[in-house]
Amino acid sequence: MLELIRQPWHWAFAGVLIGLTVPTLLLIGNKSFGISSSLRHICAACLPANIPFFKYDWKKEAWNLFFVFGVLIGGFIATNFLSNPDTIVVSPETIADLKALGITDFSHLMPQDLFSVENIFTLKGLIFFVIGGFMVGFGTRYAGGCTSGHAIMGISNLQVPSIIATCCFMIGGFIMTNFLLPLIFKLF
Amino acid sequence: MNNTQIVHPIECEAPNEQVISESVFSNIKYAVVGMAFGIVFVKAEIISWFRIQEMFRLQSFFMYGVIGTAVMVGMISVFLIKKFNIKTLSGEKVIFHDKTFNKGQVYGGLIFGLGWAITGACPGPLFAQIGSGFLAVLVTFLSALAGTWTYGYFRDKLPH
Repeated sequence: MLELIRQPWHWAFAGVLIGLTVPTLLLIGNKSFGISSSLRHICAACLPANIPFFKYDWKKEAWNLFFVFGVLIGGFIATNFLSNPDTIVVSPETIADLKALGITDFSHLMPQDLFSVENIFTLKGLIFFVIGGFMVGFGTRYAGGCTSGHAIMGISNLQVPSIIATCCFMIGGFIMTNFLLPLIFKLF
Repeated sequence: MNNTQIVHPIECEAPNEQVISESVFSNIKYAVVGMAFGIVFVKAEIISWFRIQEMFRLQSFFMYGVIGTAVMVGMISVFLIKKFNIKTLSGEKVIFHDKTFNKGQVYGGLIFGLGWAITGACPGPLFAQIGSGFLAVLVTFLSALAGTWTYGYFRDKLPH
């Protein structure tokens, strides 16, 4: 049984479980699924600075903070107790493309060439953590949601704005991956 | 007893619509759901930067399969809840919100997309990556908080 859990899960299995989060949250507490809102609640709780956007009763939305804390714990449990002993299988074309860009480590979920603590105070860190993270936080709130709130919850509820937002997420991602990343990697 | 009106955050996108307020203890159930969610993220390797690269290079069906299946399951669930008027555990009517279009969904969506491809993380996987021990992602997380705060600060000046 544990061996079955330890191997990487099929996309359909993962998709069903992620999809079931929508009715689970709705039915256990009338909560609409959405993760990026947690970032707003943390801002509202820690540094509202009299900004109207952060002046609301974030405690009423505390469920969202419990949820993301759970995600963090889930990540810890899965990695430390249920992890796949083999290395991640990445598409050979992607490996070839990334090797051409200068990525050498394909043994972890995240390449150590980029996502190591040593890189925090380097140009790589500035681009991949600081600028990338800033765009994630700024963009999701500007768009009014992320992959969970728009792509999954919004489209499940047949919301046209969510379909538009999801298309824009994808367009942004295609542009970065195929046009900008090759330029960025030239900097290193 | 409590005459104060429930104050909703300005357009909170993932609102709590339960009328009965919940204790800290009661909130633990959301942490449990989140935990299951985080385990799925890691076990299906969705938190991997490589999976996001495969997706945006159209070199693997995996992420399209995950998101597509999740949307199908979510859609059927929402349909069933509406059709049979299924109530929450505490007997309340499930509340859905219609989203209204604004330009933020385009501009913000594009900005998030650019960031998603760099970091390999949307906000959910961000938390799971940190839990998985990728401590450098803590910087990404703090920077995402800064991004959200900056949006709040300049909100009125941005085109919507």
